[in-house]
Amino acid sequence: MSDLAVVVDKVTKVFHQGRPDEVLALSDVDLTVADGEFVSLIGPSGCGKSTLLRLIADLIEPTTGTVAVADRPAAQARRDQEYGIAFQQAGLFEWRTVRRNVELPLELRGMPRDERKAKAGQMLELVGLADFAGHYPGQLSGGMQQRVAIARALAVQPPLLLMDEPFGALDEMTRERLQGELLGICAKTRTSTVFVTHSISEAVFLSDRVVVIRPGRAGSPRRSR
Amino acid sequence: MRRALSVLAGLLAAALLWEGYKAAGDPEGTVLFGVRVLPRADDLSMPHLWTILRRLADPELAGGRPVWLVVLDACLFTLGVTAVGFAAGALIGLVLAAAMQRFRIVERGLLPYVILSQTVPLVALAPLIAGWGGTLMPPWATVAVIAAYLAFFPVAVGMLRGLQSPSAGGVELMRSYAAGWWRTLVKLRFPAALPYLFPALRLAGAAAVVGAVVGEISTGTRGGIGRLIIEYSREATSDPAKVYTAMLGAALLGLLVAGAVSLLEVPLMRHRRHVEVVTL
Repeated sequence: MSDLAVVVDKVTKVFHQGRPDEVLALSDVDLTVADGEFVSLIGPSGCGKSTLLRLIADLIEPTTGTVAVADRPAAQARRDQEYGIAFQQAGLFEWRTVRRNVELPLELRGMPRDERKAKAGQMLELVGLADFAGHYPGQLSGGMQQRVAIARALAVQPPLLLMDEPFGALDEMTRERLQGELLGICAKTRTSTVFVTHSISEAVFLSDRVVVIRPGRAGSPRRSR
Repeated sequence: MRRALSVLAGLLAAALLWEGYKAAGDPEGTVLFGVRVLPRADDLSMPHLWTILRRLADPELAGGRPVWLVVLDACLFTLGVTAVGFAAGALIGLVLAAAMQRFRIVERGLLPYVILSQTVPLVALAPLIAGWGGTLMPPWATVAVIAAYLAFFPVAVGMLRGLQSPSAGGVELMRSYAAGWWRTLVKLRFPAALPYLFPALRLAGAAAVVGAVVGEISTGTRGGIGRLIIEYSREATSDPAKVYTAMLGAALLGLLVAGAVSLLEVPLMRHRRHVEVVTL
């Protein structure tokens, strides 16, 4: 066992390869994230930071190069559910109550009903929404929905948390509060985190390390700090 | 309470319209340049509502059962056939939609034929299916097949839309949970499709009623409301109110089926009572 949560090795991603609308999203990228480390990926829109996150999540496959998560190929790590993920859109299932949304990943893992109910309650406690367990997502504000999504990502207690601009759609005040909460949660649970953002202040405030992805020639991310 | 009142008001408005036109309209119908633009309003074409209601209570034939009982019996028979056709059609529609969602090639290959199936005239198809009666299945079952043939279409098309409705984010989330196609279908696609399914089921219910009534007529199946309409309409010149009693029965049947679908919807759509979804 190494103490690396994520290893991205010489990864290149080309969309629509061989077609006229071919796009080089990332070229020859290396990135490592240590266990328990909070790393932000930052750069202007279109620089490939979301692509990199989705490669780590094995939602898309690299054109060349390899991605390893928890010492396993990314595809294996996804099947083993080594990570939790949250997107810019909360993406809650509107026909499920808040609690049952948080239970969803536990349900898919085959956790017994009582156990997952307790677990979901605990997670909602963590994000301060214990009182809203029985509500439907449509009854919650955007910020609350995003907190539910974070609780859902954390419910399986993944060693790795992947977040794609999770606070992007929120107002300033809600964002600041959630940033504080997220830091607390990550510190408490010793979760490694890859956090995509386009806000420099957010990246600096949250991260142990900020990785800047240069626009134009996507690739060879530079380290700062 | 308010709903009951609005239903009553709707019935009253329809009754007023009927009697109002009957009072104001030309008994011979309004004819413009040799084309009849408004129907006749005489007693033969539009009997008074109370005549129709009184006819319901009178015996069908001298000394026979009252008409309302005969109509009700026929409705129940057709309701059974409709229910079987509706259930079979809905099931086939669901399976087709799931197959089309799962395999792009099935959607491309099958969808045109699904649409084509509804352009085949029913009157051409019905005698063909009627031929199965007695050898492959009892006559009532051939009528159910015709009802199913009409009912599967809205379900297949509406459900396909519904199954394809989840956002890319939801699908990616399920992928991140390592959920396969079946579990994504059960946990995400199917619940997401429900707002599309229910309007489709309503259409399917109406189509199944039409299919059962027309099927009865064109296969010559006895005992149902479709047959009754034909029988009574033959007496229309001597007993004009009679055919309207049968039509009332057919309308009642449609309402019953629509009501049944609504009942199905209540427990499944708790999270949103009022949802606006554009289907088809």
